[in-house]
Amino acid sequence: MRENATSSSARPPVVRLDRVARVYRSGAIEVPAVRDISLDIPGGVFGVIAGPSGSGKTTLLNMIGCIDKPDSGRVEVQGQDVGLLADDALSDFRARHIGFVFQSFNLIPVLSAFENVEYPLLLIGVPAAERRRRTLEILDAVGLSAQAGRRPDELSGGQKQRVAIARALVKEPALVLADEPTANLDSVTGAAIVATMRRMQAACATSFVFSTHDARLLAEADLTFSIADGMLVP
Amino acid sequence: MMVRLALRNISRNRRRSLTTASLVGMGAAGLLLFGAFMIYIFSGLETGIVQAGGHLVVHRSGYFLFGPGNPAAYGIDDHEAVMREIRNDPILRPMIRVATPTQALVGIAGNFAGGASTSKTFFGIGVVGADREKMRTWDEHGASRPYVPDNRLNDPNAARGVIGRGVARILGLCGKLRVPDCPDPEPRPNASDPNGPPLDPALTALAQEERSGEAAAVVGTYIELLSATASGAPNIVSLEVAGVDTQMVKEIDDNHIALPLSLAQRLVYGRGEPKVTGLVLQLHHTRDVPDARARLTALIETKHWPLEVRDFREMNPFFVQVTRMFDTIFLFLALIMGVIVLFAVVNTMTMNVLERTSEIGTIRAMGVRRATIRHLFVLEGAILGGLGATLGVAIAFAAIWLINHAGFRWMPPGHTDPIPFQLVWPTRPGLLLGTWCGLVAVATLASLLPANRAARSRIVDALRHV
Ligand SMILES: Nc1ncnc2c1ncn2[C@@H]1O[C@H](COP(=O)(O)OP(=O)(O)OP(=O)(O)O)[C@@H](O)[C@H]1O
Ligand SMILES: [Mg+2]
Repeated sequence: MRENATSSSARPPVVRLDRVARVYRSGAIEVPAVRDISLDIPGGVFGVIAGPSGSGKTTLLNMIGCIDKPDSGRVEVQGQDVGLLADDALSDFRARHIGFVFQSFNLIPVLSAFENVEYPLLLIGVPAAERRRRTLEILDAVGLSAQAGRRPDELSGGQKQRVAIARALVKEPALVLADEPTANLDSVTGAAIVATMRRMQAACATSFVFSTHDARLLAEADLTFSIADGMLVP
Repeated sequence: MMVRLALRNISRNRRRSLTTASLVGMGAAGLLLFGAFMIYIFSGLETGIVQAGGHLVVHRSGYFLFGPGNPAAYGIDDHEAVMREIRNDPILRPMIRVATPTQALVGIAGNFAGGASTSKTFFGIGVVGADREKMRTWDEHGASRPYVPDNRLNDPNAARGVIGRGVARILGLCGKLRVPDCPDPEPRPNASDPNGPPLDPALTALAQEERSGEAAAVVGTYIELLSATASGAPNIVSLEVAGVDTQMVKEIDDNHIALPLSLAQRLVYGRGEPKVTGLVLQLHHTRDVPDARARLTALIETKHWPLEVRDFREMNPFFVQVTRMFDTIFLFLALIMGVIVLFAVVNTMTMNVLERTSEIGTIRAMGVRRATIRHLFVLEGAILGGLGATLGVAIAFAAIWLINHAGFRWMPPGHTDPIPFQLVWPTRPGLLLGTWCGLVAVATLASLLPANRAARSRIVDALRHV
C-alpha cells in the first residue's frame, strides 16, 4: 500500500500528521515552533503552506520531509510511521519517496546540471542507461536540455531552481517538498518557477508541497494550509 | 560517483588542496631522500666491509671471543680439507664468490737488524693476495670505490707486506716510504739512549740470521716481525714493506700489518703443520648470508668440526650500530613528518567539511546515509594523501637525479680521497611503498575526524548553515 501515487483522491493520504509538535530549546528559552498540527496531504495535489515569517513553515516541512523529528505526535508518509525508522532506513526512505527543492537551490557545485539531476537515481540504484534517459527527459521537460553540461555557477537563479525541480522529481517520488522555492528569485522568475512546479507536478502525478509567505502564489494551489504561530488557521 | 565527487571537490579548492598535497609531498620526498642517503651509506659501508673481510668467517670455536689474544692457539686443523668440503658443498658452492684462508697473528715489529730505536706490537693478518684482490672487486650494490689493482701481496712466496700508516709512522719509516702526511719522529737529543732499554742481543742476532738468507744488497724497506710460535718458541721473519695502507681507526692503523699467508704461517707455526685461524667466505649476494650461514653451521655439526661461523655484522659491530642509528633517525623523521601531515590534513579536511556543511545537509536530505558522508570525506583525504605522496615520489626522484648530475663530491668516513656523491634510487619496496602507504594512511586517518563530524551533523542544522 506504500508504492502507489496517482492523482486519484479516493486513496489514502501521502502525508498524515497527527498532533505533531516541535519545540526548539536554546538554553532556558523554549520556542514552540509547531503546536499540535494534524493534517492530511492527499496524493497528487499541488499544495502550499502559507504563513508569515517565523510561523513554523520550515519546521513543519522538515518534519514532513523526515529530516527532523517531532517532539510529540506522529508523522506518516506513504502509510509508514517514519518515527519507527532508524537513521539509515530513514535515509533510504527519503531517497525513494521524498524530493526536496530548497530556497537557495543547493545544487552540488562540482556537478553539472545533468549530474545533479542524475544523482538521486544513483542513490536508488537505477541502471546507467535508464538514468541517462530519465535525466535527459526531465531536463528537457524543465527546458534545460541545452544547459545539461553546465555547472551550477554557470546558471541563472531561475535555471538553478529548475535544475533543482528536475532533481527532486527525477526519481518520481510520492512527495516533493519545497521550502520557499521562490524567495531567492525576482517575482517574474518566481512566478515562472511556480508555474513550472505546477506543470511538473501534474506531469509526474506526485504530491508537491511548497511553502511561501507570498500570498500572490496561493492562487496556483489545489490545497492551502495557512499557518500562524505554529498552528493551522482555517 | 564517490570518487568523481571526491576528485572534483579536491580540484574545487585548488590552492588549499595543492598546499596540503605539497606538504604531504615534502614529507614523502624528505623521507625518500633520507632513505636514499641511508641506502647509499649502508651500501658503501657494506661494500667496504665485504671487500675487506668477506661475509662469513669460519673460526675455531672460541676464537671469536678469546682467540685474538693468542691466535696461534686457535689454528684450524686440516684446514685444507675443511675448505675443500665448503667449496664443494652443493648448496654453498653457487653462493660463494671467494673462499680464502687467513691467519691472524700478534707480535712485535721493529727494524731490529738495522738497530732500530723503536719497536711496536702489531696485529698481523696473513692473506692469499690473489684472493683478496678478487674480493676487492665485489660490488653488488654498485657502491664500490673505483677499483685500483693492488698486486703488493700477490706473490705468495715473496716476503712482502703492507703496513698501516700508524705502524710506518711509529717505526719511523714515513720518510723512507715517502708517505704523505706522515711525519718521522723528531731525532732524539741523545741518540745513544733510544726509546726504552736496548734490544736483547740474542734477538738482534736472530734478526740478523733471518736477514742473512736474503740478498745482501737490498734496496727496499725492511722490518722484522717477532712472534711466539704455537709451541711457544720465539720466531722472527723479515718483511719487505711494499706499501702503506691507512686504516679507518687509529688503533688499527697503528697496529696493522698485512702479509702473505705463507709468511704468517712460517712465523706462527715455524716448522710445524701450517694452519690458519680463519676461512673467509665472500658471497655473491649479501642476502644469501643467512642461508649460507645455516648451511655452514649444519655442515660443521654433521662433521663434528670444532669450528664456529660468524658473519660480517658480528665481526663489525660498528656497521650494525650505524645501521641502527640511521634507522632510528629515519623513524624519528617519519614521526615528525607524520605529525605534520596529520595536522595539515585534519586542518584542510575540517575546512572542507565546514565549507560544505549545507551541501552535506542537502545530500543527506536526498537520502545519502551517514556512513556514505563519512566515506566521501575519508576518500577525499586519502586521495589528497595519495596525490601528495605521489608528488613526493616524483620530487624525490627528480631531486636525486639533479644531485647525481650536479657532480658533487664528498669524503665519506674512512676514505682518503673524495668520491662522487651518488644517491641510489629509493626503489626498495620497503622504503618506497612504506613511505607512500604510510603517508596515505596518515592522511586517511587524519580525515576520519572531520569526516565523522560531517557524518554526525544534523540535517536541519546543516541546511540552515550558509
Ligand atoms: N534551530 C532553531 N532553534 C531555535 N529556534 C528556532 C530554530 N529554527 C526555528 N526556530 C524558531 O521557530 C519558529 C519557527 O521557525 P520556522 O523557521 O519554522 O519559521 P518559518 O515560517 O519557516 O519562517 P521564515 O518564513 O522566516 O522561514 C521561529 O520563531 C524561529 O525563530
Ligand atoms: Mg522558513
